[in-house]
Amino acid sequence: MSGASQQLAAAARAEALRMVARARASHLGGALSMADLLAVLYTGVLRVRPAEPEWPERDRFLLSKGHACASLYATLALQGFFPTTELLTYGQDGSRLMAHVCHRVPGVEFSTGSLGHALPFGVGLALGAQRQGQAHRVFVLLSDGELDEGSNWEAILFAPQHALANLVVLVDYNRIQSLGAVSEVLELAPLADKFRAFRWAVREVDGHDHDAVRTALEAVPWEPGRPSCLIAHTVKGRGVDFMQNRLAWHYRSPNETELAAALRQVGGTP
Amino acid sequence: MRTAFIQELIAQARQCPEIFLAVGDLGYSVVEPFAQEFPDRFLNAGVAEQNLTGLAAGLAAAGYHVFTYSIANFPTLRCLEQLRNDVCHHDLPVTVVSVGAGLSYGNLGYSHHAVQDLGILRTLGELTILSPADPGEARAAVRWLATHPRPSYLRLGKAGEPELHEPVGLREAPLVLRPGRGNLAIAATGSVLKCALEAADLLAAGGLDLAVLSCPWLQPVGDEFRAAFAPYRRVLALEEHVATGGLASLLRDTLPSGVIITSRAIPTAVTRLVGSQAWLRQQAGLDALAVAAAARELAGP
Repeated sequence: MSGASQQLAAAARAEALRMVARARASHLGGALSMADLLAVLYTGVLRVRPAEPEWPERDRFLLSKGHACASLYATLALQGFFPTTELLTYGQDGSRLMAHVCHRVPGVEFSTGSLGHALPFGVGLALGAQRQGQAHRVFVLLSDGELDEGSNWEAILFAPQHALANLVVLVDYNRIQSLGAVSEVLELAPLADKFRAFRWAVREVDGHDHDAVRTALEAVPWEPGRPSCLIAHTVKGRGVDFMQNRLAWHYRSPNETELAAALRQVGGTP
Repeated sequence: MRTAFIQELIAQARQCPEIFLAVGDLGYSVVEPFAQEFPDRFLNAGVAEQNLTGLAAGLAAAGYHVFTYSIANFPTLRCLEQLRNDVCHHDLPVTVVSVGAGLSYGNLGYSHHAVQDLGILRTLGELTILSPADPGEARAAVRWLATHPRPSYLRLGKAGEPELHEPVGLREAPLVLRPGRGNLAIAATGSVLKCALEAADLLAAGGLDLAVLSCPWLQPVGDEFRAAFAPYRRVLALEEHVATGGLASLLRDTLPSGVIITSRAIPTAVTRLVGSQAWLRQQAGLDALAVAAAARELAGP
């Protein structure tokens, strides 16, 4: 499975680079940092059916950092939720692939864009499944910067109270937020301890190590009756050396030369 | 009104297995009967209205019709973006219920004066907005909502409001309680309707027979709503809400431009006062004598 997920991650990175460049859009850094997490999720972890996106028993995946949706759209298209040719419409006039994740896209459960919304919604989905005795799980991918939002901590407090073992949070901990380093804006460390203090089961992994991510996610829930939080240590802009750990790539879109260089690095065709 | 609400919600929940009540740690001595009868469809989400509204949207996506319940501005303004993005944009069946409309919690002060909610929530075009005047209208509103699960807002008074008229159900239009004999009407939304009826009684004793319309239905406005106002050329609008965005504003937005709308609303200065609902209404000119005087002036010589 690791080969398949590696291949998917590389292809999704290439598509995301092309999409953002074409749309003159932003947020490549965060799209690249979470690409490996998405690739692992969509190659065997999530129980989903690309040909049947509304399958009632599917696991629900929510992207809370909706601005980084280019790599999610790419991952979904590459897995067959919709044609990859549609990716070229990203951010274009009239497209359903708006530059913040949109629930009108097959495979997308929930629109976000304003931060701190998906986890409370996910808590509701998980509580609903629990009350109805349904077996599906809810996975919510958060950015680190959006953990500044109080609404997330309301939901983090709530989930263990109701023993939502069917809820999994992934934190894309790339340590750079909108205007600077997380440590300089609002330090989150010790993040794992914070989640543990809120009564979550917590694991930390290298968010680019597919085997480690898969091993962790395949074992949820890690503790009976508790929600799981996977803190994925990632690198913003991962895969393109001149984008890595550079705040500017939260905003910039690559020019033609930069796109060609970036595509070579991620293994895509220019 | 809150007792009528919970009794009717329980009655509806017996018929509709999708109905779910989620409260924001408020509702003491009100919500317990629902919680006892439907423990699997009740939740106290704690003092956390953003999470309450977001998770209500999630529960709605899981198949429930969720009624969120809190007081004053907490389930509306505190979590406005969750209401906008999570509920309205996803077109999910969540009904926000707020107890304490207007100045119901008058002596609790500014934080509890709910007088901007209609203006703000009317901008959310996806929301159905209901603002009953008495327990009977509240029951009719809950019955209607139970069969129309959608993004919606139910603006309730508090407790002890009198029944103001015979129950007539809910329509997508005002209820014409007194047809009047001229082209002047008093229109009211919420429990301040009592003041409109009292003013009309005072004027009737002097030979002026005014129409009185109750407006529990505020959004969306369609032909049926406009048609109910067709006989009237002058409307005195009463509301326990600031003038901006409330009932008078809605009437000016939706009725023909030739209809003269006069507003009696809550001046911002009154929101800074503390006192009983009746006293605060007097300060705002929303008592029977003041309204009768205003209507007499509009009626002309």
